Amino acid sequence: MDTVTLFVPCLMDAFRPEAAEAVVAVFKRLGFAVHCPAEQTCCGQPAFNAGYRNEARTAARRFLRLFGDAEAICCPSGSCVAMVRHHVPALFDGEPDWRALALRTAARTFEFTEYLVDVLGRDDLGASFPGRVTYHDSCHLLRGLGVREQPRRLLRRVRGLELVEMKNPDCCCGFGGAFSVKYPDISTALVADKVEWIRESGAEAVVGADLGCLLHIEGALRRKGLGVRALHIAQVLAGGR
Amino acid sequence: MSAIRTDRYVEEARRGIADPVLRRALAGLQERFGRGTAEAYRRLPEGPGLRQTAHAIREKAIAHLDILLERLARRIRENGGEVFFAATAEEAVAHCAGIARRLGVKIAVKGKSMVTEEIGLNAALAAHGVEVVETDLGEYIVQLAGETPSHIIAPAIHKTRNEIADLFAQHLGIPRTTDPPRLTHAARRALREKFLAADMGISGVNLACAETGHISTVSNEGNIRMATTLARVHVAFMGMERIVARLDEYEIILRLLCRGASVQDIGTYVSFIGGPRRPGESDGPEEFHLVVVDNGRSRMLADPRFREMLCCIRCAACLNVCPVYGRIGGHAYGFAYSGPVGAVVTPLLTGIRRGRDLCLGETLCGACKDACSMDIDLPRMLLELRAILAEGDPGWGVEPSGGLERQVWKLWEGLVSRPALYERALQAGAVLQRLLPRTPAGWIRRLPPPFSGWTKSRDFPPVAAEPFRRRFAKRRKEADRG
Repeated sequence: MDTVTLFVPCLMDAFRPEAAEAVVAVFKRLGFAVHCPAEQTCCGQPAFNAGYRNEARTAARRFLRLFGDAEAICCPSGSCVAMVRHHVPALFDGEPDWRALALRTAARTFEFTEYLVDVLGRDDLGASFPGRVTYHDSCHLLRGLGVREQPRRLLRRVRGLELVEMKNPDCCCGFGGAFSVKYPDISTALVADKVEWIRESGAEAVVGADLGCLLHIEGALRRKGLGVRALHIAQVLAGGR
Repeated sequence: MSAIRTDRYVEEARRGIADPVLRRALAGLQERFGRGTAEAYRRLPEGPGLRQTAHAIREKAIAHLDILLERLARRIRENGGEVFFAATAEEAVAHCAGIARRLGVKIAVKGKSMVTEEIGLNAALAAHGVEVVETDLGEYIVQLAGETPSHIIAPAIHKTRNEIADLFAQHLGIPRTTDPPRLTHAARRALREKFLAADMGISGVNLACAETGHISTVSNEGNIRMATTLARVHVAFMGMERIVARLDEYEIILRLLCRGASVQDIGTYVSFIGGPRRPGESDGPEEFHLVVVDNGRSRMLADPRFREMLCCIRCAACLNVCPVYGRIGGHAYGFAYSGPVGAVVTPLLTGIRRGRDLCLGETLCGACKDACSMDIDLPRMLLELRAILAEGDPGWGVEPSGGLERQVWKLWEGLVSRPALYERALQAGAVLQRLLPRTPAGWIRRLPPPFSGWTKSRDFPPVAAEPFRRRFAKRRKEADRG
């Protein structure tokens, strides 16, 4: 049986465990054994983005120790994968052994939709999900990893699902980690437009592949009292059957 | 140096956000130019990969800057021009003021130039009794209003037609009108008089070429060509990085500049200037002066983390896609350069600690990198600036951050290193959140400081009663048992 090692984004672990369970369900359906290191916490991205590189390095070292031996690492978040792929190797510029490990690990780490479509060559997962949804491009997934079509292909093959594009799907939602708390006015101005574009699309749910953006968008949707749900793509792909 | 107001980023951003007219103007600008530029790159005969070629050309030029600048200076001097290397803004403006004094200049006409905004040239010349008139229509509007440009290419994007109507009625003595052709015509008439009366023409430099020894200016209004040809003396200011080695390289950068700046294959007027009027020539100034401005650029050159910033040609393509710029407008950045380029270059030129909000108040969405005509990795440099702010850097005169923020990250480091403790912290969060005001669905309505910023406008998700890893481990155990 093929095995995939699950790298769970810390936000998903804490705030939406059912999305991670949906990832597991998708892989089970594909006949994969899912391995999930119980000791994992965070890859270091929040500290790195805030400039605290020593602290980020501590987390990255732990991550590499836990995942270094895995054959294929799959993570349902573009920004976590962008961290592992682009920034973790750079964090160890002065430490050749760690850098080599970081590069090896980076080469085997894939974002969820990228793994399904590009590595496994699957786009029809036999899922069904009734309703009209719109897809939000998360910045690090789109521009950091170049993943635009993969999630859309997966969504188009879901029975009963109608995919509609919102205006500016690739415009940042204004989350940006600590930015959303430190610069609330700017962050709010961004998400207000995003919410408006989602509403205009007529979708019943906004689907994305990065939980940070989704929690941010959903927080704004809820405050506005709009009944649009924000779902991780795994939650859609695990639907049905 | 012009006034530095980077420390007012948050307040000025708030003011920009609150202005619906500005938002509409910027949304329109970004829709037209942002999407258009991406399309223009795709349509390049060489394909969008030309941006990477251009990046390599610029990096090579920056690596050989000393040689290229010397060659340029030699050629210009051979052609009868003067070249002055200014280490600081003060030296640059003093040099220009000296020329003005020597020639008894009363009026100077100026073509759009951001480096002269950077060094505060207008105010300095005014102090020497020289009236400096901006001749780019947008810059002219901004000057009449007593403001500063809010966009590198579209300086008056924040002004409405009504505001311009009032300004022109007040300053140009015309009956009030909001009709753009009539307004343009009025400006044209007023500026013509200045062009004819001016003793000095001032311009920036879009790009210089060492091989041919020329500088070049690009405009769509023809104003720069008039300003630099009609007056007795032409003084051109260039950031010391604006040069390439060869003409074939120059051509690539020029084409990308025009696409990045205004979705054009080429600007309407591209001038190549290598010196003053030669004997027998009918047009051109009697004197030509090139002022090469350092003003902090050597420091960027010396730091491998930020050398890439010198590849920038200020085309402003990044402004036309930046979601933050599109909401807050250019004045929030508190200096000549706004948007993503400003967020990186302004702190480097004017102080990182002072400009910390520019470094931190961005989402790292990466749209600027994709839009950059020179393929510059601006997000990477924002991250480097943040690292300097956190960890300090004596070379840039920045002390490590202290206090609460550092303690928060130390605490975070401790938690993510100890899974059992991390788990307990999550549990504690799941319990403590019950004390906070929540919606019927369990989302948090109000967080305590320092997180209260989020809940000003958004509900915050509740921590799950059981995080995924625990659920997963439990299932695994059940499966093993059963």
